[in-house]
Amino acid sequence: MTRNARALAFAMTLACLAIAATGLQMARDRAYAPGPTDNQLLYVSSGRMIEKIALSYDAILADAYWIRALQHYGREHLKTEGVKTYDLLYPLLDLTTTLDPQFVIAYRFGAPFLAESRPNGAGRSDLAIALLKKGIGRTPDKWDYYHDIGFIYYWHLHDYRQAAEWFKRGGDRPGAPWWLKTYAAVMLARGGDRQASRFMWQQLTQSESAWLRETSHRRLTQLDALDQIDELQRVSEGFTARAGRNARSWNELVTAGLLRGVPLDPTGTPYLLDAATGDVGLGRGSSLSPLPTEPAAAPEMAASAPPPVLR
Amino acid sequence: MSAIRHIAVNVFRESVRDKVPYNLVLFALMLMGVSYLLGQLSAGQEIKIIKDLGLAAMSLFGSFIAVFIGIGLVSKEVERRSIYALLAKPISRRQLVMGKYLGLVLTLLVNIAVMTVAFYTVLGVMAWMDGSWFRPHWGASALDPALLKAIAMIGLQLMIVTAVALLFSTFSSPMLAAGLTFGLYIIGHFNADLKNFEAVVDSRPIAYLARAMYYLLPNLAPLDVKAQVVHGVHVPAGLLLFNTAYALVYIAALLVVATFIFARRDFK
Repeated sequence: MTRNARALAFAMTLACLAIAATGLQMARDRAYAPGPTDNQLLYVSSGRMIEKIALSYDAILADAYWIRALQHYGREHLKTEGVKTYDLLYPLLDLTTTLDPQFVIAYRFGAPFLAESRPNGAGRSDLAIALLKKGIGRTPDKWDYYHDIGFIYYWHLHDYRQAAEWFKRGGDRPGAPWWLKTYAAVMLARGGDRQASRFMWQQLTQSESAWLRETSHRRLTQLDALDQIDELQRVSEGFTARAGRNARSWNELVTAGLLRGVPLDPTGTPYLLDAATGDVGLGRGSSLSPLPTEPAAAPEMAASAPPPVLR
Repeated sequence: MSAIRHIAVNVFRESVRDKVPYNLVLFALMLMGVSYLLGQLSAGQEIKIIKDLGLAAMSLFGSFIAVFIGIGLVSKEVERRSIYALLAKPISRRQLVMGKYLGLVLTLLVNIAVMTVAFYTVLGVMAWMDGSWFRPHWGASALDPALLKAIAMIGLQLMIVTAVALLFSTFSSPMLAAGLTFGLYIIGHFNADLKNFEAVVDSRPIAYLARAMYYLLPNLAPLDVKAQVVHGVHVPAGLLLFNTAYALVYIAALLVVATFIFARRDFK
């Protein structure tokens, strides 16, 4: 047998064996289906222990846990059946940041994932703040973490005094941008108004993170939709006052000369008019849904705050 | 000096014959494959992860080469009985140990140099494709020269591990030498705990013993500056100098002991 013939025979034998092994595996899986993979398994829960075991490879392990955290969030976020649970999100982020305490993006991405209300996030502002405080413990001069905590107090917890306090502390850090201190002032003066929200989200459109930029653009669009809903609500209420009943459809308001056409939200989906109550809301299938729960002015601030500027 | 150089060059050639450079191909393929996958998985962290992975792989591959070739440097000559032919030549046992050590260090340094070129090439291509050489949340630019500090420290770690493997190779079997070297490598990352042992135990003698072990055993943890350079944290020149001086003195001590043991070994 020549050298080439031997090589060919070797290659063919190898190919046959590979095909046979694949076929056998497929047949076995059909006959004895493997059990479902448990994606919720954490393997190790102690960051300190895994840090020791990792020897000098802790940073690369942190990367692996970071990718797992992203996959966990993505899998739950895209889930169409069952309850979206983000139970492993905090433990995975905690492990990531224990193994690599300077992994900035794990704190700054992880905290919004945790704080975002369900079903888009874990709805755990407390854990988001804990994660960011852990970051501050490691790098006390990182103003971004103070900013993010302030933002969680503002947007998710509606605690403007705490928000102002954290923005102020962030503004005192070396290298902090000038506008962080103005955040604190805005919080104390007009914590609950939509202009304040718009101002803060507009600052975030300049973020270096593409995800935060996208999120802030979406939030700004949602705020536009809230403005439009308020305007349409006034039109609907005006019709009710004049006609003594609610409008049955947008067309009725168009015919009455109150609107020029069926109103569309910024994504092009028609708004919904509830004929029974006269309430206006987002149309079914609008990608802006659910609209954020708007921060409301805290009672003790409402008294001292200037009147809200809504458009 | 000429004898040491000849032995070192032969060790290097032998490692090439033993297909050691194949790990370079694996390293390059792994970096390229991972960089392709990471674009989808890491949410903008691909440069950081490639840096972590590249430095970890340099350290890991180098450690395997240092241990598995290091443990056979002397014992293989004894097993093959080629030691008799070697010692019959006008070479002292000290020269043999030094030549073997420097040969493997040369292999490792060439390995690291080639890996460094591949590493920077992949980082450069990634940054070029991404369109940004630096983003604030990366902490450091894609082609940050400070990475060389971490690579230099990896080189020093590997030189210590090679000296440890060579020391064990002079008096024990390859299996035992591998176990002992890996043991010391692991302890080398843990032994900061020994320094503060008095906080854990009440016994003063045990605390002193632990403190003595801390200074006696190789301390590899301070030589690990990978995380700092990846995050763009300044690594002081003083620390690098101390690390270099410590590694050289520790290696010298290990080679003195290895030479001492090997000089007294009876091959009859």
